[in-house]
Amino acid sequence: MAIRVEHEVHQRRKGRNFGVGILLASFIGLIFALTVVKVIQLGDARQFESFDHVARPAIIPQEGVTE
Amino acid sequence: MTDMSVQNSEYEASMGDYFALLKPRVMSLVIFTALVGLLVAPVPVHPFIGFVGVLCIAVGAGASGALNMWWDADIDAIMKRTAKRPIPSGRVQPGEALGIGLALSGFAIVLLLLATNVLAAGLLAFTIFFYAVVYSMWLKRATPHNIVIGGAAGAFPPMIGWAVATGSVSIESILMFALIFMWTPPHFWALALFVKSDYGDAGVPMLTETHGRDVTRRHVIVYAVLLVPVAVGLGFTSIGGPIYLVTSLLLNAWFLKGCFDIWRRDDAAANADNYTVERQVFKVSLYYLFGHFGALLAEAVVRASGFGGL
Repeated sequence: MAIRVEHEVHQRRKGRNFGVGILLASFIGLIFALTVVKVIQLGDARQFESFDHVARPAIIPQEGVTE
Repeated sequence: MTDMSVQNSEYEASMGDYFALLKPRVMSLVIFTALVGLLVAPVPVHPFIGFVGVLCIAVGAGASGALNMWWDADIDAIMKRTAKRPIPSGRVQPGEALGIGLALSGFAIVLLLLATNVLAAGLLAFTIFFYAVVYSMWLKRATPHNIVIGGAAGAFPPMIGWAVATGSVSIESILMFALIFMWTPPHFWALALFVKSDYGDAGVPMLTETHGRDVTRRHVIVYAVLLVPVAVGLGFTSIGGPIYLVTSLLLNAWFLKGCFDIWRRDDAAANADNYTVERQVFKVSLYYLFGHFGALLAEAVVRASGFGGL
């Protein structure tokens, strides 16, 4: 049977693991929010929509077509 | 590791121990001045980009603090004031501090580059390098003027905040830098006069010990006088105005009076009243810096609310 005596070190490790978890979650949230803000700041969605390996005629500027 | 082996293990650091490596009290000054530099700039910044910018500057400052503690662990252990820091007290291993310092430096510089611009990220990288290498590794143990040149590291945050917003350096940001740069020596030496330091035991040359306390008193008044044109001059740039000028004149008069009193007396008089004047000037120096940057912020608020032309 495993010995299950709570030691002060366990408390400290728990706090540290919890802190690292919060930091990682914050980091993910930070990068996600920064991406959203940067994309929204572009204003025009076509500025970040690109071909991505597949030709997309819809985003090629058409001559004589006014928006 | 089993539960039984726990009692033989070396101390494992807590989150608070790691946080202490980042010198949180220094960080608060960095956050305030960087935020002011960012908010007084004439270019509006998206609030979240601004938040990320200030966060990166604060983390960069913390990282350089960790690198400083890693390098100075040997002298920190000798001096009473620093002996309880995480590394000399054994709570954090030197290698951990080095790793945290390098990792956070990289994180702060890269994120600032991605979030804002190359100038802001470059200035942050230079600030970290300046504090960790130029000040900590080179100047601190080499010259009693370490605090004068090393003070530049603490003066960069408002300039970086300004660069986050504008992507450039201008006379306003240079003067904000100069204000903190010129303020650091009299602020620090006023403290050095009344704190019983053991820098000598640690082999760190401090002006009070290498050149004597009378010379230090003279340096305090000289730097305080040189500070006046920088502080008042900032009021005549685009970020200054009547609120700043009045605040600056009052604070400079108050600070100069105190520094003059420090210069006029000797250690016998200071010992007699337990360094009352030196303690008071140190306190005033804190009001001085927060007052100037607070006034810059007030000017920006007035301009933003449309009362600037009144």
